[in-house]
Amino acid sequence: MKITFPHMGNLWISAKALLEGLNLEVVVPPPCTKKTLSLGVLHAPEFICLPLKINLGNYIEAAEKGADTIIIAGGRGPCRFGYYCRLEKEIMDDLGYNYEMIVLEPPEKSFFEVIQDIRAIAKCSMLQIMNAVRTAWLKCCVVDEIERKVQMIRARESCPGLADGIYKEALKDIDSAQRGKEIISIKRRAFEALNEVPVDPKREIVRIALVGEIYTILEPFANQNIEKHLGKLGAEVKRSLYLSSWVNDHLLGGVLPLESTKEACRLAAPYLNYFVGGHGRETVGSAVKFSREGFDGIIQIAPLTCGPEIVAEAILPEIYLSEGVPVMTIYMDEQTGEAGLITRLEAFVDMTRRIKFSEKDSDLLILRG
Amino acid sequence: MKSYMGIDVGSVSTNIVLIDEKGKLIEKLYIRTNGQPIDAVKKGLKLIEEKIKANGKSVEIAGVGTTGSGRKLAAVIVGADVVKNEITAHAVAAMNHVPGVQTVIEIGGQDSKLIIIRNGVVSDFAMNTVCAAGTGSFLDQQAARLNLPIEKFSKLALNAQAPVRIAGRCSVFAESDMIHKQQMGHNLSDIIAGLCDALVRNYLNNVGKGKEILVPIVFQGGVAANEGMREAFRKALNTEIIVPENFDVMGALGAAFLAREAVVQNNQKTVFKGFDTVDHDFKVKGFECSGCPNLCEVVEIYENFQVLARWGDRCGKWTETHQELKQVSFN
Repeated sequence: MKITFPHMGNLWISAKALLEGLNLEVVVPPPCTKKTLSLGVLHAPEFICLPLKINLGNYIEAAEKGADTIIIAGGRGPCRFGYYCRLEKEIMDDLGYNYEMIVLEPPEKSFFEVIQDIRAIAKCSMLQIMNAVRTAWLKCCVVDEIERKVQMIRARESCPGLADGIYKEALKDIDSAQRGKEIISIKRRAFEALNEVPVDPKREIVRIALVGEIYTILEPFANQNIEKHLGKLGAEVKRSLYLSSWVNDHLLGGVLPLESTKEACRLAAPYLNYFVGGHGRETVGSAVKFSREGFDGIIQIAPLTCGPEIVAEAILPEIYLSEGVPVMTIYMDEQTGEAGLITRLEAFVDMTRRIKFSEKDSDLLILRG
Repeated sequence: MKSYMGIDVGSVSTNIVLIDEKGKLIEKLYIRTNGQPIDAVKKGLKLIEEKIKANGKSVEIAGVGTTGSGRKLAAVIVGADVVKNEITAHAVAAMNHVPGVQTVIEIGGQDSKLIIIRNGVVSDFAMNTVCAAGTGSFLDQQAARLNLPIEKFSKLALNAQAPVRIAGRCSVFAESDMIHKQQMGHNLSDIIAGLCDALVRNYLNNVGKGKEILVPIVFQGGVAANEGMREAFRKALNTEIIVPENFDVMGALGAAFLAREAVVQNNQKTVFKGFDTVDHDFKVKGFECSGCPNLCEVVEIYENFQVLARWGDRCGKWTETHQELKQVSFN
């Protein structure tokens, strides 16, 4: 059995660590590229959301490297993701690929159900499973911590690209690290390097929050590297979702004291009182949360035709009126031209910067008339 | 006389303006881009220089700003002090022309924007996202289909007695509705007025969704020349719509104001290369990078056989090295 899984941001590092820790042979699909997308678009239904198209491309490219089994999460509720596993299996069968599909449904009660699902796949001892889970979890947390730091530095660095270089190296090292100690020391080294990146102290930094559908906010290929673009424009970015907090909320039952989307769900009321599928309610609640935390702007990202996010989008202007923080929605689909995206981001960052620093610049306003 | 230049390279038109130190318009120019932004910028510079000479003025360019979808290209060609997106440029120009403006409607060749201004600062904006129905290109196309010059097309709507209903959601739907009504025997002015109503409805539903449109409202961009569209906005919003005198070059004006701001604020010398840039030989070469399966389409701009700039790559390996590559020969 050679096992693979769809890409979603840095998920592959933890997923690979977990599966390899269970003595399974893992094929990580090649990083998402235009080729991945083209393969997916060719075989996906026209109006399906973007993640499915990229998933299909991942599977086809992984098959070329010998993968024969796919592991993917299931889901429930009105979001189409819950049906991805079935649909993707049908499409891969039609294309003549001989894939087995293992679906991890979200646990009803506790993490123990996930462990049981894992035991059904991997015949290994409980101790081994716990070790694998621990390493994967550690990698997941460390990756997120480094990423948070990179999001801060990107906005401030005097020479764009330095932070991303360190980040890329760190990810590579974390992937190949085996032991907890190693991972911790990589983290320390990455932080040291990031702290030494020369920054421009005069830059007027704005803080932008990204909210929206999980796949498009976590996978840089799907969102056209929106975080890098924002960083270059001098915007410090924070997302409503990080992989570690998502795992904690959805697989570990929220036992660890990490930032949770539960609070976002609570803050969604009275704007949205129901679960509308996907991350619709989290998007609304996170917009409220970030507004109150003093962010200067909020950008919602979602795949075109995403139902839950369309519901959220309709509510966001209301939040803007009552909370006073500007919101912009960007839909992602198979377009690869970046000009339109960059114009919108630049205008948005410009606007938030002028709002934030307008008092200081009041003489300029006079100059402009 | 010290003056500031604004260049707006849009999908359909390229506009250049010159303003004096007080922000008064000295000269303006509106030409078609015709899909060739470099040539359009060169031609524009040449024409504006001729215009200045013909009027017996002598100007010293103290700052240059570029905007529009071709802003980056224009900036490397002429040497610009400020490169700004269209939203900021249009807002700045509107604020200068109509003090206290709260809403800017801007419809150009490929996109339409709504800018909300409160207390002299842009507080919100929207741009058409997925579809270009209702923008200048579609109106152009319909005028051509009816074999009418665009100026005549725009006036015809005013004669309408009973505008017909046209679908505004999508330009393909709109066109088939128009053809249906035309074959039913409706007269042209009723159809064109119906089209204008539909486009305004689409704009307000799509771009204006959830936004608070308060007076004074300024309507600018190439489409503001269309009297049918002005009338349709007036009807739909039930209020007066201000169309500024230089509605067609507002983006360029905004860029010029921003250039003035940047140069004065930082007390810097302009990087403008001078009017004789038009005699320089600009070439664009493109290649597909084969470093990874992204196969990025990298564009190289050459000025007199030297690499001026490169872009189009996702990873930045071409963009970030162009500084050192200035001496690469062109073959």
